[in-house]
Amino acid sequence: MVNRNGYTRLDRYDSIVIGAGHNGLICAAYLARSGRRVLVLEAAESPGGFAARREFYEGFRASVAHTVSHFSRTVADELKLAAKGLPSNFRVLPTVGLNTRQEHIVLQNSSLSGADIRDADAYARFHALLARFARALEPFWSKTMPRIGNNSIGEALTFAHIGFNLRRMGKRDLHEFFRIASLPARDLMEEYFESDTVKTAVSWDGLIGSKIAPRSPNSAVLTMLYRMSEQAGHAIPTTGVAGLVDALSASAKDLGAEIRCGQRVSRILVNGAQNGLSVNGVELASGEMFRADEVISAVDPRRTFLELVGAEYLDIGFTNRIRRLRCDGYVAKLHLALDGLPQFSGLESVDGRLVIAPDPDTVEYAFDDAKYGECPTNPLLEIVIPSIRDESLAPADKHVLSAHVMYIPYRLKGGWTDAARNAACERAIDTIERYAPGIRDQILHSEFLTPADLEQEYRVTGGHWHHTELAIDQMLMMRPTYDAAQYRAPLPNLFLCGAGCHPGGDISGAAGHNAAGEILR
Amino acid sequence: MSDEHTDDAYAGERLKLSPFHSRQSALNIRDAWASWNGYKFAPYYYDPEYEYFCVRNSCGTYDICPMQKYEIKGRDAELMLNRMVTRDVRKIGLNRVGYSVWCTDEGRMIDDGTIFRLAHDRFMLTCGSPCVAWLEQSAFGFDAVTITDISDTLAGLSVQGPASCAVLKRMGFDGIESAKPFDVRRFPFHDDELMISRTGFTGDLGYELWLHPELALQVWDELYAAGEDYGIQPYGETATNMARLEAAFIMPAMEFNEALRTVRFEHDQTPFELNLGWLVDFAKPHFNGRTALWREKQRGPRYTLTKLDIEGNKPAVGSYIYRSKRCVDEIGYVTSAMWSPAVKANIALAMIKTEHLDGDLLAEIYYEKELRHYRRVARCKHIKKPFWMPSRARATPPPDC
Amino acid sequence: MSRHDAIVIGAGHNGLTNAAYLAKAGLDVVVLEKNDYIGGAAVSRELHPGWIYSNCSYVCSMMRQAIHRDLNLSTHGLLLVPYLGTINFGDGDGRLFAYHNPDAAHLELKRHSPHDADAMHRFQADLTRYSQLIRKTLMRTPPEPTSFRPKDIREFLFLAKQFWSLGEKEIYEYIRFFTLSAADFLEDYFENDLIKAAMASPGIIGTALGVYSPGSAYILLHHVMGDVDGNIGAWGLARGGMGAISTALAGAVKAHGGKIRTNAGVRKVLVESRKAVGVLLENGDELRAGIVVSNLDAKRTFTRIMDKADLPEGIFEKACNFKIRGSSGKVNVALSGLPRFSGVPNNRYINRGGQTFSGSLETMERAYDCWKRGRWSDNPFIESIIPSAWDPTVAPPGCHWMSNFVQYCPSALTNGPWTPEKRERFGQTVIDKIERYSPGFKDLIVHMEVRTPHEIEDEIGLTEGNIFQGELTIDQLFFNRPFPGYGQYRMPVRSFYMCGSSTHPGGGVSSACGANAAREILADLRRPNTVPQDDFHDE
Repeated sequence: MVNRNGYTRLDRYDSIVIGAGHNGLICAAYLARSGRRVLVLEAAESPGGFAARREFYEGFRASVAHTVSHFSRTVADELKLAAKGLPSNFRVLPTVGLNTRQEHIVLQNSSLSGADIRDADAYARFHALLARFARALEPFWSKTMPRIGNNSIGEALTFAHIGFNLRRMGKRDLHEFFRIASLPARDLMEEYFESDTVKTAVSWDGLIGSKIAPRSPNSAVLTMLYRMSEQAGHAIPTTGVAGLVDALSASAKDLGAEIRCGQRVSRILVNGAQNGLSVNGVELASGEMFRADEVISAVDPRRTFLELVGAEYLDIGFTNRIRRLRCDGYVAKLHLALDGLPQFSGLESVDGRLVIAPDPDTVEYAFDDAKYGECPTNPLLEIVIPSIRDESLAPADKHVLSAHVMYIPYRLKGGWTDAARNAACERAIDTIERYAPGIRDQILHSEFLTPADLEQEYRVTGGHWHHTELAIDQMLMMRPTYDAAQYRAPLPNLFLCGAGCHPGGDISGAAGHNAAGEILR
Repeated sequence: MSDEHTDDAYAGERLKLSPFHSRQSALNIRDAWASWNGYKFAPYYYDPEYEYFCVRNSCGTYDICPMQKYEIKGRDAELMLNRMVTRDVRKIGLNRVGYSVWCTDEGRMIDDGTIFRLAHDRFMLTCGSPCVAWLEQSAFGFDAVTITDISDTLAGLSVQGPASCAVLKRMGFDGIESAKPFDVRRFPFHDDELMISRTGFTGDLGYELWLHPELALQVWDELYAAGEDYGIQPYGETATNMARLEAAFIMPAMEFNEALRTVRFEHDQTPFELNLGWLVDFAKPHFNGRTALWREKQRGPRYTLTKLDIEGNKPAVGSYIYRSKRCVDEIGYVTSAMWSPAVKANIALAMIKTEHLDGDLLAEIYYEKELRHYRRVARCKHIKKPFWMPSRARATPPPDC
Repeated sequence: MSRHDAIVIGAGHNGLTNAAYLAKAGLDVVVLEKNDYIGGAAVSRELHPGWIYSNCSYVCSMMRQAIHRDLNLSTHGLLLVPYLGTINFGDGDGRLFAYHNPDAAHLELKRHSPHDADAMHRFQADLTRYSQLIRKTLMRTPPEPTSFRPKDIREFLFLAKQFWSLGEKEIYEYIRFFTLSAADFLEDYFENDLIKAAMASPGIIGTALGVYSPGSAYILLHHVMGDVDGNIGAWGLARGGMGAISTALAGAVKAHGGKIRTNAGVRKVLVESRKAVGVLLENGDELRAGIVVSNLDAKRTFTRIMDKADLPEGIFEKACNFKIRGSSGKVNVALSGLPRFSGVPNNRYINRGGQTFSGSLETMERAYDCWKRGRWSDNPFIESIIPSAWDPTVAPPGCHWMSNFVQYCPSALTNGPWTPEKRERFGQTVIDKIERYSPGFKDLIVHMEVRTPHEIEDEIGLTEGNIFQGELTIDQLFFNRPFPGYGQYRMPVRSFYMCGSSTHPGGGVSSACGANAAREILADLRRPNTVPQDDFHDE
């Protein structure tokens, strides 16, 4: 095999990607496409990370990340995922705000049904406004955020472009953008809506996955706008969320990348030289070493720098900024193996994203419990029945219920014991039962993964969805922190491509795509 | 401090007393007191110039108890320190001392100090300002290292001057004359131990004594008994400052602004600007600020700390440096200046824009005579070597010993 | 019907400052005040014979020295005396003394944590850097981001230059700082609970945010960016009480020929063909003027004294949505003697500064949780000061008066409206907490005034009793204050301006809002500017 330097080396790779989550796979595929010899090393037995299939009970499977949202169209096209079996059109799940009075509301694209006409009108206005903002910001999620100061012309243009896109919205919209961009979700919702269920369902995407409560300023609206970009809306492909991973793996392999699973990287190898350090390979837990011209980590920044690289190769200020990254996850995962399709009172179809969050206060108070390291009295849930869309997830006539449970603290007071986990799990099931009476009788098996479990099983610090908090102080050219925000680590030949980079997590693929662009530049 | 048992309502605001205080206060004839790191501290005892000549002519003692001292030990101690400071700690031998500086990620100087290697995995770091927070940040990521602040539990007394070796020998420390500069020796002392390093801040022959505070008065008394015939005297901050300026040693808040306390962008300094490039070892493993310092080295420092011999005898305190007598294009500023009694010259340290180092240098000096203020523009000569560098400072054994 | 060049509604300190500068430019100005006393929240009143209460604002740090000097406020009787120390009371026996002397401060911090004592230097350097930049904007009109006028572009370039001068790293740190919570910000530096709590306390005063709410780091800065004689972050007392500031400003107004009318509440601003032409008073009088300036908060201005019909579309809604939340209470106490505090040997330092009962970050946050739930905490955050301990003019000899500022106190309670009984219970909660730290405190009480947001709004007209005239969150700061598009003191009706803390730079007894508004008004009137430029000791 001839690499780009023109000579044959079998023991070396051009690029090694650590972690075969979707971002790692995307980055690997792009690098392979450019002619590089790429090796992807995954600690788990199969690729996919949070999106991978997980058999939690015999015959029952689920992915921790249970929907695909705002997945990059560019990536899907450029990596020809359709040819690898990914349905080209995702059918978006409606978001259903559940209500104990059975006055459920349904959000589908720009329409709101089930609420009174004032809220429905307000939602149309609200959605149109946010869609305009989301459109203006969209190009920047799939771009490297330049450094501030000593910019090249290209980078200065990115800033000018942002300014231009915003200004083009017109004075009125721009003024409104300034006003609402940093508003707490609650304030924004109060301005538009009457119904509590509408308020929580609409603002759900501004809160979930982060340590943000309805009253927290600064980050909720940006998170919502991020999730309104690209193919907005939450979907489950007919091949399942894991189907996306299958397509990405197939694409990467097709393009020449080698994917090895069950290979846990224990160290990134750093080479010292007179004019500075550089990264030149990785060492596996088994002691095996691989050399490469560049190493790209899809692992979260904290783990990448503090465990795989090590403080001795990093500057002190930088190390401590990485140490201070807010990485504690606040979402647990509940998987139920069900004997049949569950029935939610007053709900015709359970084929949606069902949100249990009665009102902004309940959400706020649940957050209050979690911030002191306690499990909330009233947990909040986002439920889907993925087996409706992807029949391979459960045996015939049986179903899987998959739920994100908020706010479950990573650091529980007294620590996560089996008893604590069971209690949290039972409380979540009790909560579901209030909306779906009788569901308990359908449960064949349950699994509850706390953020600490997610950390353990998926090797993601804090079990955090976004690898590190998606908050404005850790966003854009400060994600994960300055000096590593352009996908380049402060060590030559080391790059980042995971959710801890701009623009953040969710199965959007933007980080992997942008990182590859930066490496190939 | 709100120690409920004290009757002194203002205990928390009072200065701490050094273990040598009772002896020093008896000699502080003018009752001149200032403070350093929370300790009551003498700017001078009797007369600064007299004290200064003790250092240059015979032997003087300087209380260094207020210095910050940290013990750094454990398997990772060397690794951790080596990543923090710019010089290669691995090359500091057992019972040797190394002068070093440490910088921020941006290569700006946080502080300077000395590193004592007391065992293969045990070091002592001394520096002028408290440094705990930075040490703890630096130690993050290293498992086997513990850092202890021993500032208040280890007393220090600097014995400096041409007769210092003789006095110590007379005090009973046989073999001290064989200690090379930056050597550390240990001597039994009344069922305890005394550590002596051949270090100092005067540019002259000198030693620093490190001891448990309980021994302080005994050490003092025996030292002063041994030194009586040599005219041993304590000296204060003013005399120290004179001596260190002649030796061209830098001082925080004079030559450099500690980076972690600097408010304005680049109002702190890099080691290269301070002429300390020799302390930055790019051949060693990674150290903090390396990338930034490498860039600085390639680019060259914006300013360079320069030793100036200035015509006339008016000290150029606070002066600007210009390229011409017209005093228009300012190219630098004086950081410390004085009349040097030892070399009989008008000396100064100044930060000068590097590109102007080889051109004409003129200091605009203001001075006062009986309430009238005068101005003079004086030509400066750029000196390469320290103003005062006697051979005895380096000789082993030292002369007259 | 009388006619003036300008009418200023509200004789708070910003209204008076605005009037003084308009009068100084030769305008015939009248300030209208609904109460029978002037000063708004900067007021001193004898509520109990012999005791002069500064019953709203109680300390001063942000007063622009350029204005102080320019309006000759010292000649008009103002003397600001700096604090030299504060005692922070921990949840238990912990006491943290904040000394002015750097050596003593360091030793005291070291007693709690050697790490933090050292980290304090970096913290102070960073905070100073942040405040230096923001202070430069205090007496400047924010640029309008959607505008391409040379003036706005120039102002943006000025800001960009200031920003740039921080260097790349500090630009990021600055952006970060602006969006962080006070707790996250402080945890970058400190490890000790009491030190964190003490440092965090300015981050919650007056705001409906908690120490863990993103954005509270800025509130912290807002409280420490003032200075007394160049000591950034220092606070001072006005001799004679906060009313002395208003009295001095009123003196300046009169010296320049302005008039002040008390008992002259405004019912409505008169608008004719989208231009403000005067006001209608509560008593039915009509006053006409070329310009009208409101020193009331944005919500009150646009929803109470203006007709929705007179406003362009959307403004009324914006005003309704303006975040101005009641979160603070005040308990003013007349004492027969100096209280003694446990853990404070010989009661020292009582005459050097305040007493802050902050406890820990969690205590403060839990108090905020109560506010969210529409009640007050049993363990509230209290910032107290006994001005009489070094100002002999505010209490009879041997007696004292103590100001206790309480965070949080909701403007609306979950269990029904405020009643006098609830108000007394709230006051009792505060007294009980102080008694825990000062046994025998209750026996010293001669008279007590409890003020919840309800009373503050009723008496001085601050909506919900919000001390900043509107929350200091990014959506309501700088060019967004009070609303995006109206950050330059000109309001959507011609000849109508705002000059209160609802405008940039926001709350605090700074006089900057009033002075900035005057500068814009004079520019519109094509009159020479009378407002001085700001200056700083440290630049």
